[in-house]
Formats: sequence, structure tokens, C-alpha cells
Amino acid sequence: MSTSQWPLWEVFIRSKQGLNHKHVGSLRAPDATLALENARDVYTRRSEGISIWVVESAHIHATDIDEAASFFEPSDTKIYRHPTFYEVPDGVKHM
Amino acid sequence: MTQAEQERHFNDKIAREIKIEPNDWMPDEYRQTLVRQISQHAHSEIVGMLPEGNWITRAPNLRRKAVLLAKVQDEAGHGLYLYSAVETLGTDREQTIDDLHSGKAKYSSIFNYPALTWADIGAIGWLVDGAAIMNQVALCRTSYGPYARAMVKICKEESFHQRQGYESLIKLCNGTPQQKAMAQDAMNRFWWPALMMFGPSDADSTHSDQSIKWKIKRFTNDELRQSFVDATVPQAEILGLTIPDPNLKWNEERGHYDFSEINWDEFWQVVKGNGPCNKERLEARIKAKEDGLWVREAANAFAKKRALKKTA
Ligand SMILES: [Fe+2]
Ligand SMILES: [Fe+2]
Repeated sequence: MSTSQWPLWEVFIRSKQGLNHKHVGSLRAPDATLALENARDVYTRRSEGISIWVVESAHIHATDIDEAASFFEPSDTKIYRHPTFYEVPDGVKHM
Repeated sequence: MTQAEQERHFNDKIAREIKIEPNDWMPDEYRQTLVRQISQHAHSEIVGMLPEGNWITRAPNLRRKAVLLAKVQDEAGHGLYLYSAVETLGTDREQTIDDLHSGKAKYSSIFNYPALTWADIGAIGWLVDGAAIMNQVALCRTSYGPYARAMVKICKEESFHQRQGYESLIKLCNGTPQQKAMAQDAMNRFWWPALMMFGPSDADSTHSDQSIKWKIKRFTNDELRQSFVDATVPQAEILGLTIPDPNLKWNEERGHYDFSEINWDEFWQVVKGNGPCNKERLEARIKAKEDGLWVREAANAFAKKRALKKTA
């Protein structure tokens, strides 16, 4: 039986308390338990993590790269969402 | 977007140092070049475990054994990061590995030389990993995102590989005359193959130009080779080892060391499969896959059993 029949898993690692889990790469494994053990051996040989998530790649839904421009357009046009949009007199402090 | 627009958009990203990511549009040839280069790189990490793995049980003491074991384990990890990077380009992982076993894909020629003595393990860490680092540091800025990220992680791990080799040679060079001679012998055998690791000279390199334009490669083979020689000569002096090249000397005008022409006949012979260990290396990889079949089958069976228990 070939390894290509094993599903692909995406690996996310929390490097320390207070930080998000971050995508680090992928691997193949027959199930979640082995995916976690393999992820530990492949991606955390130097204490890079205190917590690992593995997610089957097939379960990840992503935005369409070709539609990215129109998909994200609504936020690009709203410059008044940024503090720099507003003028405040010179003497005003702590704002 | 039309094909021409996509191509313009792609070239614009390359020009502006914006990384290309897996789902982005890319020219077919860019994709093929990456698949070839990254898989070749992955295979080199994996095959590279063989000459060193051979010495784990014969390391002179427990410290050296633990270090060598950790290094070889790192190389397995490097292979896996890179296989995962190749897979983002839409290839099948098992096919990639089978291409190595069928001889279709290449790996670094250096691993077709045998590690005959314990000093060779030091020389491999110092020179072979040293040359690999020179190459890989440059690749941290490669234009394909997953490859660049794998390189950053690999480079962080590589630095101990070179240092442990150098440290082990320092011990030998400060030891008995026999130990020093063993270190010099390793240097004599590994120096030229290490220089060959940077590949054919720029004049004969088929893929180099386009790879530089696409920023897959950031420096040419000859540029990297020169940097390696410049960095390594003073390290050899500190060890008290002689570099086996009568023409090696500092060129004030160029600000670099001059060195002899590489024996390209030997280089191409090894690339074509006629090096001292080509056959043995491939056989070992094929055997590892075949012998590991029952482990993969058992893992599958166990996963199935566990899944059944969950639903029961
Ligand atoms: Fe490596
Ligand atoms: Fe290494």
C-alpha cells in the first residue's frame, strides 16, 4: 500500500503560550494520532512548540486567488477605518 | 485575466520581490524548474543520511554518537520539509520518491563518495554541510514561498552540522600524528567533491540563466563556489590542514582565492551514475522503501481499527 493513499495534513504550531498556532508545513499520515506524532518529530525537534494542531488538507477551505482583488476590495476603499484619516489639532495629546 | 496579463502580473511580482505562493499563476516552466530543483534537493537530504548513518554505531564515544544521530535525524527532517514543498506544486509525493528510485531524478553527487574513516564524518560536516549551507543561505530568498520557508528552517538547523564536523576535526588535528594524517586524508578526498557540489561552471549550466531571472537562484554556481573557497581556506589554516590544490592562492586584485580547474570529467561521470557509490545508494533507498512496506501497512490497519472503535 502506498503512502500517497495517506491523507495530507497541514501542521500548525503554537510556539509559546500567548501566541497563535501558525502554519509550518504539511505531512502525510494515516490518521490524526500519527499525524501529530510525525509533526512532533518533523517540526519540533528543537522545542519549537508547546501545542500542535493537524488538519486534513482536504478540510481547509480557502479564498480563490483569482477573485482576491474583488473579494478584498470592500476593505481597501474604507480609508476612514484607519486613525491616520482623521485630523487632530497639534496640541492634542494622548490620542 | 488573459495568459499575457497573468504572465505580466507574475513577472511584476518577481521584480518586486513578492513571493510566489502555491495557488498563484506561474509559468509551466517555472513550476517544472522548481519541481526538479526542490525534489533533487529533497533527495539529497535523504540520500545524504546514508554515508553518515553508516558511522552512527561506530562513533568513537557517546557524545559523538548522540551528535551524529541528531544530525542525521535533522537531514531526514530536511528531506520531509522539502518533499512537502514539492507537493505544493501539484506533484504526487510517492511519484517524486519513485522518480529517485528509478534513476529519473538526481541528487547531489557528493553522496556517491564513501565515508571510509571517522575523519570523513568530520570532513562531511565541515565541507559538505558547509557547501550546502552556502547554497541554502542564498536560497532563503528564493522566489517560491514554500521553498524559501523550508530553507529558513533548514538553515537554522544546519549551522550545528558544520560546527560539529569542524570541532571533531580540531580534535583529530590536535591528536596523534596518525589522527592528524587521517584528517588530512579526509580533506584530500572531500575537497574537490565539495567544490563540485555547486554544480557545473556557469558557462556549462543549462538552467542557470532563467533560474536567476526568476529569482529561484540568487547567485550563480561559480559565485557560490568562490564564496565557499574564500570562507573555507582560513578555516583549513586554523586546522593546520593543507588544501589539495597547488594553485590555490590569494589574488589581491580580485579579492578572492584563485584555485585550479575542477576535474569536470569526474563530475559528469558521477552525475551519470558512475561514481564509487551510486549503485549502492540507490539500492539502499529502494530497499528501505520495500522493507518499510509492512510498517506502512500496519499503520493503515491500525488507523482503520481505531476509526472503527470511534464510530462503534
Ligand atoms: Fe540538510
Ligand atoms: Fe546538514
